[in-house]
Amino acid sequence: MIRFRLNELEIEYTGHPGLTLMEYLRSIELFSVKYGCDTGSCGSCSVLVDNNVYNSCMILVESLHGKLIETLEYLDKKGEIDELKESFLDKGAIQCGYCSPGMLISLVALFRINNQPDESEIRDTLAGNLCRCTGYVKPVEAAQL
Amino acid sequence: MKVVGKKTQRVDGKALASGKPVFADDIPKKDFLYLKLLYSPIAHGKIKNIDISKALALEGVAAVLTHKDFKPHYYTTAGQGYPEPSPRDTMIFNPVVRFVGDKVAVIAAESIEIAKKALELIEVDYTEYPAIFDPEKSKDNEVVLHPEIKNDPFLFDAQRNLASRITAEYGDPENAFDSSKYVFEGEYSTPYAQQAHIEPHITLTWLDEHERLIIRTATQVPFHVRRIVGEVLDFPISRIRVIKPRIGGGFGSKQEILNEEICAAVTLKTGRPSRIELTRKEEFFAARSRHPQKVRIKMGFDEKLKITAIDLNILENSGAYGSHALTVMSVTSQKVLSLYKAPNFRVHADAVYTNLPIAGAYRGYGAPQGFFALECLMDEIAIKLQVDPFELRIKNFFKEGDEIPIASILGEGREGFKMILHTTGIKECLHRGKELMGWDDEKKRLNQGEIKQGVGLAAVCQGSGIPGIDMAAAFIKMNEDASFNLMVGAADIGTGSDTALAQIAAEVLEVSVDKIIVYSSDTDLTPFDTGAYASSTVFVSGGAVKKAAEKLRLQILDQGQKLLDDPNAILEKGKVTTGKKSLSYEEICTKSFYTEFQMQPMATASHLSYDSPPPFNATFADVSVDTETGIVTVNKIVSVSDCGQIINPKMAEGQAEGAIPQSIGMALSEYMIFDKKGRAINTDFDSYHIYTAIDMPEIVAEFVHTSDPTGPFGAKAVAEIPINGPAPAIANAIYNACGVRIRELPITPEKILRGLGKI
Ligand code: FES
Ligand code: FES
Repeated sequence: MIRFRLNELEIEYTGHPGLTLMEYLRSIELFSVKYGCDTGSCGSCSVLVDNNVYNSCMILVESLHGKLIETLEYLDKKGEIDELKESFLDKGAIQCGYCSPGMLISLVALFRINNQPDESEIRDTLAGNLCRCTGYVKPVEAAQL
Repeated sequence: MKVVGKKTQRVDGKALASGKPVFADDIPKKDFLYLKLLYSPIAHGKIKNIDISKALALEGVAAVLTHKDFKPHYYTTAGQGYPEPSPRDTMIFNPVVRFVGDKVAVIAAESIEIAKKALELIEVDYTEYPAIFDPEKSKDNEVVLHPEIKNDPFLFDAQRNLASRITAEYGDPENAFDSSKYVFEGEYSTPYAQQAHIEPHITLTWLDEHERLIIRTATQVPFHVRRIVGEVLDFPISRIRVIKPRIGGGFGSKQEILNEEICAAVTLKTGRPSRIELTRKEEFFAARSRHPQKVRIKMGFDEKLKITAIDLNILENSGAYGSHALTVMSVTSQKVLSLYKAPNFRVHADAVYTNLPIAGAYRGYGAPQGFFALECLMDEIAIKLQVDPFELRIKNFFKEGDEIPIASILGEGREGFKMILHTTGIKECLHRGKELMGWDDEKKRLNQGEIKQGVGLAAVCQGSGIPGIDMAAAFIKMNEDASFNLMVGAADIGTGSDTALAQIAAEVLEVSVDKIIVYSSDTDLTPFDTGAYASSTVFVSGGAVKKAAEKLRLQILDQGQKLLDDPNAILEKGKVTTGKKSLSYEEICTKSFYTEFQMQPMATASHLSYDSPPPFNATFADVSVDTETGIVTVNKIVSVSDCGQIINPKMAEGQAEGAIPQSIGMALSEYMIFDKKGRAINTDFDSYHIYTAIDMPEIVAEFVHTSDPTGPFGAKAVAEIPINGPAPAIANAIYNACGVRIRELPITPEKILRGLGKI
């Protein structure tokens, strides 16, 4: 049996072994996790696994035994993205918003270890989050809290 | 103005930033069938035999549909106004396949895994036909892609593989070239490129409790989806409801009826809710891309360097079907001829079929291809004549008050409408851009060793909606807390148009934006709108919103006057006042609902414009070329636009900042590659490189102010214009840096090295 913690829930996973974490999370209606590519290239499906950013389309649920998985819904509920969210809104960093949950996940991971990142650290962090709307200009600005 | 032009947060921003379930696929999917498409593995051929029995027998497969399940019916997948000016050359499934990726069958199963398994169980025998991959060889080839189509008014000549043709002439170009002091000519080409919105095409369909077909889909054109699905499936429009939720980007690719008809067909056949989502790989070959064009421009000049004549020749590759074939190259022609005043011109444009993926709408819609040619040629001319590139352009721009003759000659698949240029800020754009770029600081540029730095510029224009065709409507009603429901057909596809339209309504009604509750694009609940394309939303839909809000404002005033019993009372700052007595909106609406002069304050309006004022832009590029490796690095892009009155400054900047990397991509890194059999090779984000946060150059996006009399509050369009300039500016900067002129995009290191004579 695979056990892991997902947001505030303890999960005992007994489902289909070939399922990716992205498929699983969307199937239980954690819709902040988005599909964009399934090759691990776009970052729309980003989640935190033990504080690190992962593309959930590239991990099998099977491999998560003992891990802590956090999605944007949970970070939002905890208030951990409040400041970032406000800044994204204020700076106009959200256009279609499809990439935004992934970007925020990446930034939360960064902020957990570095609360004053500079522009290049922010760019490095967002390098795995493809955005086709903003040219990254305003998201990078917004992340400089 | 209090709201228009002022900083305003997106009305949908909070939900988006919190990852709330607002996109098409973000709904529970109980009992849904999952759809997968079977695509043709060959570029051209006929299905001799197709056996679906094994697939159907697989447990969990609910339906398999092929061409045998549908009456032959031709339509176009282009989501355009009716009648669509694109060839009707497409069937939902066709026994003849015309490119690797043509749809052969759909499987509907209880899960995606089962559907995928079932795909492998369909057996198809093909008779292979020879294929055409080179657009230069398509016209009058003995291989004919659509020999069976006769009498379609929008297919130019099926027997000759000519999907569309445009010819136009003004003045006497022949003579003008003969008597010109200088004549220059150049040929330029652009490749297949992908819109690459991050949300793929996704459609969900189901039958509601009244057996009506609900289509929840990522589309730019909900009303066209309703009409075309109704037509293809012979199903009454009255029983179709199309819902457009939040959309994860479209850029033209979702101006297409791509899978809605197939998903709906499965639902109608099985009675089950159905879902179809393209994988990223499928997006690359089965969705749409930018029409590759070869553009030849000839320009004549007199001794004062005024343009005497322009000859424009376009060969467009439409791919296997003609979606948007005519109108894209018509926009190429219109826009190229709307920037500089040419007293004589000629246009000849052919769109040909090839056995390659289908091209379609992509931000800029033909203009990027045209301006790549025009602005590179202008650069070459300035260099050859040793004249200032600014002066050469400024001398020839259309001026305010000028008529732009191409507008009346060439419309959207028919004649156009007379257009007078009311406002142009192109000169200011050039001047401001020059300053921001530090154009004259030549000394600061590196020019030693193998790294050469250079700068380039391009001047461009676009339109604001399709004149005389794009129609939008709005409905607005008042609530007793002085909030307003604004219902618009306009499709916000991530551009922020809901917010811009709310700002327009708020400005007219003198309330704050949070008092406007926007609901957009639901064919049951909102009025009609042609859709989000041709940069039309703020200009056309905004016009409708402004009119509706003005009508409602009059109604509120009228109610207020009656309630105050004073016909001279005026409306100001959210109340109606006689000077002594006043009534707030809340009081007026509450009384109107419940006690006196009872009625619902509400208004509707439709808007259509015969003007399509061009927004203008000047784009500057600063690049470094490594002459050892041929690698080009873009250091900085400056983009200055004249889009009339800006409604929302941050969103307008955002449009430019997003369009720029798409064009840099088209110049340097984004192009689809096909193998000898016509198979798309680079079908993922690793091999088709779109710009990431660490690849980006410095971006400066600014606007100069004009106020166009034809747009709401003086607005012109914003969405497409900034995509036209970067590619030619980069090509010109590369020449400036290292003397290599590349006329064929993409600009690869190999081409640079060849240009330098190093390989
Ligand atoms: S969907 Fe997982 S990285 Fe793109
Ligand atoms: S905002 Fe649309 S993809 Fe980033």
